[in-house]
Amino acid sequence: MTKKIGDVILDVQNISLRFGGVKALTDISFNVKEHEVRAIIGPNGAGKSSMLNCINGVYSPQEGSISFRGQTFKHMNSRQVAEMGIARTFQNLALFKGMSVIDNIMTGRNLRIKSNLFQQALRLGAAQREEEQHREFVEHIIDFLEIQAFRKTPVGQLPYGLQKRVDLGRALAMEPQVLLLDEPMAGMNLEEKQDMSRFILDVNDEFGTTIVLIEHDMGVVMDISDRVVVLDYGKKIGDGTPEEVRNNEEVISAYLGTSH
Amino acid sequence: MQTTFPRLLLEHAKRRPTAAAMREKEYGIWQTTTWAAMAQLVEAVACGLHQAGLQRGEHMVVIGANRPRLYATMLAAQSLGAIPVPLYQDAVGAECVFPINNAEVRFAVVEDQEQVDKMLEIRDRCPQLTHVFYDDPRGLRNYDQPGLAALEELIGAGQAFAKIHTQLFIEQVDMAQPDDVAAMFFTSGTTGNPKGVVHTHNTLINRAAVGARFDKLTENDEVLAYLPPAWIGQNIFSYAQWLVAGYVVNCPESGATVTIDLKEVGPTYYFAPPRVFEGLLTTVMIRMEDAGTLKRKMFHAFMDVARRVGPTKMDGKSLGFMDGLKYALGNLFVYGPLRNSLGLSRVRVAYTAGEAIGPDLFSFYRSIGINLKQLYGSTETAVFVCLQPDHEARADTVGVPCEGVEIKLSDTGEILVKSPGLLKEYYKNPAATAEVLSADGWYHTSDAGFIDASGHLKIIDRVKDVGRIKGGANDGAMFAPKYVENKLKFFSQIKEVVAYGDQRDQVCVMVNIDFEAVGNWAERRNLPYAGYTDLAQKPEVYELIRECVEKVNADLSRDELLAGSQISRFLVLHKELDADDGELTRTNKVRRGFIADKYSVLVDALYGGRTEQYIETQVKFEDGRTGSVSATLQVRDAKTFAPVKAAA
Repeated sequence: MTKKIGDVILDVQNISLRFGGVKALTDISFNVKEHEVRAIIGPNGAGKSSMLNCINGVYSPQEGSISFRGQTFKHMNSRQVAEMGIARTFQNLALFKGMSVIDNIMTGRNLRIKSNLFQQALRLGAAQREEEQHREFVEHIIDFLEIQAFRKTPVGQLPYGLQKRVDLGRALAMEPQVLLLDEPMAGMNLEEKQDMSRFILDVNDEFGTTIVLIEHDMGVVMDISDRVVVLDYGKKIGDGTPEEVRNNEEVISAYLGTSH
Repeated sequence: MQTTFPRLLLEHAKRRPTAAAMREKEYGIWQTTTWAAMAQLVEAVACGLHQAGLQRGEHMVVIGANRPRLYATMLAAQSLGAIPVPLYQDAVGAECVFPINNAEVRFAVVEDQEQVDKMLEIRDRCPQLTHVFYDDPRGLRNYDQPGLAALEELIGAGQAFAKIHTQLFIEQVDMAQPDDVAAMFFTSGTTGNPKGVVHTHNTLINRAAVGARFDKLTENDEVLAYLPPAWIGQNIFSYAQWLVAGYVVNCPESGATVTIDLKEVGPTYYFAPPRVFEGLLTTVMIRMEDAGTLKRKMFHAFMDVARRVGPTKMDGKSLGFMDGLKYALGNLFVYGPLRNSLGLSRVRVAYTAGEAIGPDLFSFYRSIGINLKQLYGSTETAVFVCLQPDHEARADTVGVPCEGVEIKLSDTGEILVKSPGLLKEYYKNPAATAEVLSADGWYHTSDAGFIDASGHLKIIDRVKDVGRIKGGANDGAMFAPKYVENKLKFFSQIKEVVAYGDQRDQVCVMVNIDFEAVGNWAERRNLPYAGYTDLAQKPEVYELIRECVEKVNADLSRDELLAGSQISRFLVLHKELDADDGELTRTNKVRRGFIADKYSVLVDALYGGRTEQYIETQVKFEDGRTGSVSATLQVRDAKTFAPVKAAA
């Protein structure tokens, strides 16, 4: 199996982020190439989620810039980021618990719906046709994630592993170019992790989506990523292929543990 | 009826091209394939396979769930005079090696990546397997192994070929004769290699038609195809009878959506093994216990009415005014909505077979107005040997011999069958064929049974397991261990039973309680217990089990043949019988011989008249460690009843 890794799609340059006196990120630079699976790892509090929130436009870093497809941005809000084609999933699941699986994934189509509220409320022909197209797209995602049996189940009633899948489905509904995954396998058992890994690789393979993920499970990270960035106390201490990172002394002592 | 499956397809396509032949739920919508579209699809696949080199008389495996395109592939193979061999989709790669090599298979058409991986895995052991086509391309983009291609491509190539060679398909279909081999089904042998059961167009179509006539199946019936197509039952219901009766076969979206799809389709003709019916009932009961007080009370009140009068009504007898009114109200408030929520409200005919069904389970479905019946048959008989007529369904019989079937008993009590639906042979296995098929055309079922006074066939046990009581009051009486065990297992409190009696003076059983059911029962009675072993030895539990045993004895005493199989003594085992400890087979059947050796002290205690016995047993835990359980087991006597001459 060979896949084509393209040019740099997302370039993070010298990012520093502070909350008052707390330095969350200090001078972080790394890039993400098109079609690759890029992992960000590091111990608790290393700044992984903050990094993702910077890319996502939730936080505005005090220094540095992020460029996406050659365009450089200093301050962005999350809507702009989403419009550019970057989607994300959440560590603590931010789903609408009382809504069905279909409706939850449908919300991911929000940015792509052109008809306005009135057209939809009156169920005008054009609005209805548009909804059907979006529904069809959502059905393909449901098929892809193999959650047909839960289409109409309220998300709150689903087991955790399936909720994670719905979260991924909603992000996919945006047809993103880059997908940010914040601990997609936290709290899962082995089988669920295997399933999730397969879905992530399938997304990367079938849709060519670039993936940036934060993950704690080293086995998973080493197996599915093309390149890994290692953060520790807000600083970058390693960057390279899983093999390189595994052999990096600094990384070993900070994260993987040392044998004294 | 002298025809072939492809000809039946073409007749439907000609006579009613726009009628639905199959439906498959995809992307949330039921997508219909009409008979005309089905015929075109079959032509395209057939032309594609012809071009790829599939020969007349050659075997081709088909592996996957119920998918219209896989059924079309079977029809396409038959159109070319090739023989489709459906294999179980959940079999592991190694299990597919024997059938594929035995039938010298070069072509495989499979459902998805999972099956493709399996074929690639066994390729080095099956060098002749050169062509693998897959229906669903998901995850297969980067596979570039030689000989692997999408069914879609094959169909495209076939369509192009058919445009140039417009007559090839028809010519090929016309060449097939009704006596040609139509399909081969591998039976899972418990010992040794599986055997390929060879059926012709004639045998399958004949049986399918008999079944269809018996239950008056029409073009308007609906079926949900959800069991493995490699099993002959599914093949009869969603292939042979589909083509004979011309009804609509619906394919569920995935294994996980069957209950949802069942509700949406509302089949009129339904088949399920007893465990499916049991699962449905359990779900209903659990949900009812969680329902509001009013609903729950209504449910129980009307279910009492149903239990009392429902079976009578299903037998086509009149209920009288008051009961009729009560049942009608129950139907309005409870049975109707319940049937609807089970997805069975349109069911005209439902069958169960494969194993014995508990009388309570059976009459539950009949009492709420579902026409559940039993049938008897096997792969070798193309299913239909016996069927229960609409108003004569019983839990303990399997029906009357159906059209064309002759039944007789051998000297050993084995059921012998003569029918136009018998297998042609076991593939490449004349020795096995000769063993089951006598020169004068009788098929040996290896089941022991008899025809009862009302003309219904009753199955007792496997012939090799049936024994004789020796000595004592019932000297020489027939002893059927499985029959006795099953009767006890129908009680929800009893999980497993091992019965002994062959060559002994009386019947004794060892019982495994169902921990969940008995635990629950104990909690409701404020009966404290420390664990399985403790619970099993409670005097109250022994009393509970004794009642069950005596009910079975009372029941057996009314049975002419098996009154001598009444249980004299029993004990409750201190540990659950487990496949990991070798006490059960992997398919959860008790291994009587092994258990008798392992627990020989208990057997001695049962037959030696002792009232208690100490035992220590090695057990293997799930993580591979071993430990031991010990207990002093009570042995109790049970009341037996004088044989009653059946009043029937």
